[in-house]
Amino acid sequence: MRWLRHNRMTALGVLLCAVVVCGAVFAPWLAPYDPSDQNIVDKLQPPGGDYLLGTDAFGRDVLSRILFGARISLIVAVASILAAILVGGTIGMVSGYIGGRTDRFVMQVMDVMLSFPSLILGLIVVALLGPDLQNLVVAIALTAIAPFARIARAPVLSLKERAFVEAGRALGFSHARVLFVHIMPNLMSEVVVMGSLWMATAVRTEASLSFIGLGVKPPTPTWGGMMRDGFEAILDAPWLSIWPGIAILLLVLGLNMVGDGLRDATDPKLAGG
Amino acid sequence: MIFYVLRRLLAAIPTLLAVLTLVFVIVRVVPGDPAVAILGDRATPDAVAALDAKLGLDQPIWRQYATFIGQSLTGDFGRSMVTNRPILTDVAAVLPHTIDLTLAAVLIGTLVGVPAGVWAALYRNRAIDIAARVLSLIGLSFPVFVSGVFLLLAFALHWRIFPVIGNANLADPIDRLTKLVLPAVTLGLVMAAYITRVTRSAMLQVLGEDYMRTARAKGVPWRRVVWRHGLRNAGLPVVTVVGLYFGILIGNSVLTEIVFNRPGLGKIIVSALNQRDYTMLQGLMVVYCFMIVLVNLITDLAYGFIDPRVKQA
Repeated sequence: MRWLRHNRMTALGVLLCAVVVCGAVFAPWLAPYDPSDQNIVDKLQPPGGDYLLGTDAFGRDVLSRILFGARISLIVAVASILAAILVGGTIGMVSGYIGGRTDRFVMQVMDVMLSFPSLILGLIVVALLGPDLQNLVVAIALTAIAPFARIARAPVLSLKERAFVEAGRALGFSHARVLFVHIMPNLMSEVVVMGSLWMATAVRTEASLSFIGLGVKPPTPTWGGMMRDGFEAILDAPWLSIWPGIAILLLVLGLNMVGDGLRDATDPKLAGG
Repeated sequence: MIFYVLRRLLAAIPTLLAVLTLVFVIVRVVPGDPAVAILGDRATPDAVAALDAKLGLDQPIWRQYATFIGQSLTGDFGRSMVTNRPILTDVAAVLPHTIDLTLAAVLIGTLVGVPAGVWAALYRNRAIDIAARVLSLIGLSFPVFVSGVFLLLAFALHWRIFPVIGNANLADPIDRLTKLVLPAVTLGLVMAAYITRVTRSAMLQVLGEDYMRTARAKGVPWRRVVWRHGLRNAGLPVVTVVGLYFGILIGNSVLTEIVFNRPGLGKIIVSALNQRDYTMLQGLMVVYCFMIVLVNLITDLAYGFIDPRVKQA
């Protein structure tokens, strides 16, 4: 806590993320209306009055849709980054531990994946698999595997030469036990820092894909999808694209601030960077 | 220098093959038959088989791979399934728009980001540094379609300074430029945010080096020390980031083109997605592969230009 008090940017980031998480979790109680309730009489109401943030072309309450939309953003971001950490982290650790030619080959494959534009990669995968929640997670996870493989591999290269690894092997522990029980805890902090920064990217990618029309299918509210609908009515109802845009920005900003703060805390050399 | 360029050119060939292989694997690994995806679930088996044969999907996988690589390397990127036009024709028609946008964004990003990063580093933890850090964090948190829509609302719809529709007449330089401003700023600001951060941290490291103090002690003016001795040594990480950033730039340009309704590669890829134009998608991915390899090559050459030590390595 003391560290948070000294670091106002990180504290603000934690606050922003907490607000969004609370909004998503308590959406059924916080939302003034049902997010899919269509009230055609009240369509395209400007913000204020009965509808704090206005209504869309179907007369649905924008605030309620933003609250429920936070759920999709958070679920996709958390699930895809966990998957990327699991798959990418394992690939990187095992590759670094084995070393030699295998390692060189695996890392070259990862470099190639890294050089391919991630949004295009996600776009193609979702388009080929079909847009739904699960496929979005798969697509976004796929774009994040390579960076996690790299970050998990680098420390393994030096850790595997350390005395405790040799001691473990001498005691008859299997390679798997040495790697996952003894080496892995030493690289978790770097993976977690990277995870929080990539969460921000995942939120942005999900919103971008939804904006293109490859997100979770309507009527489920998503922030990117709301921006898309709002964009089509931008002349009559600019608030439809402004509010979800601000929501996306605040969550991504919050996650980036937390990620920066965590990185500075684990690597004092970069403090203030 | 010629040997260095030749060596980098040779090194680009395996990278190109690797990226092309990745594209092939992605398109093939994804479950489901493209022919079914194109024709719909109710297609007859005969129709699916016919389309498979037309797309070459009935061939053994190694032959498909060999054909794909062979055609890609000889510049035959295939034809659109919908319009039956060669993909390269469609790409060539919009390429000037995409190049305009990308170059303008890189220019804005560099012209804003490099000085901002250098100043932030020089005035570490002072007001200018804090402002640069906060603004760059906000800048890179903006999804481009959000900043694009906001800029469009403010400068095209509210104040009416710039046009809304982005389809520029390439022959008219004024029209070309005015329609470029908003999209380029949208794309350039995110890039400027990245470059500011990298330049700042690279400069912070360089500023502590002995040669900086030596240059200063010899009586070289401080301005010259910073921009000549400092920035040149901080240049490598900056160029690396600009090169790596290219992938993000391509993704962002797709979104920018949608928001500003600009013709370009991004618009083609989205319409190919909507029309399930499978061969077009594959062809466009090949085009992207060539672009990535080209940018990697340029980045490598820039290394040699900035730091002569790289050429000898």
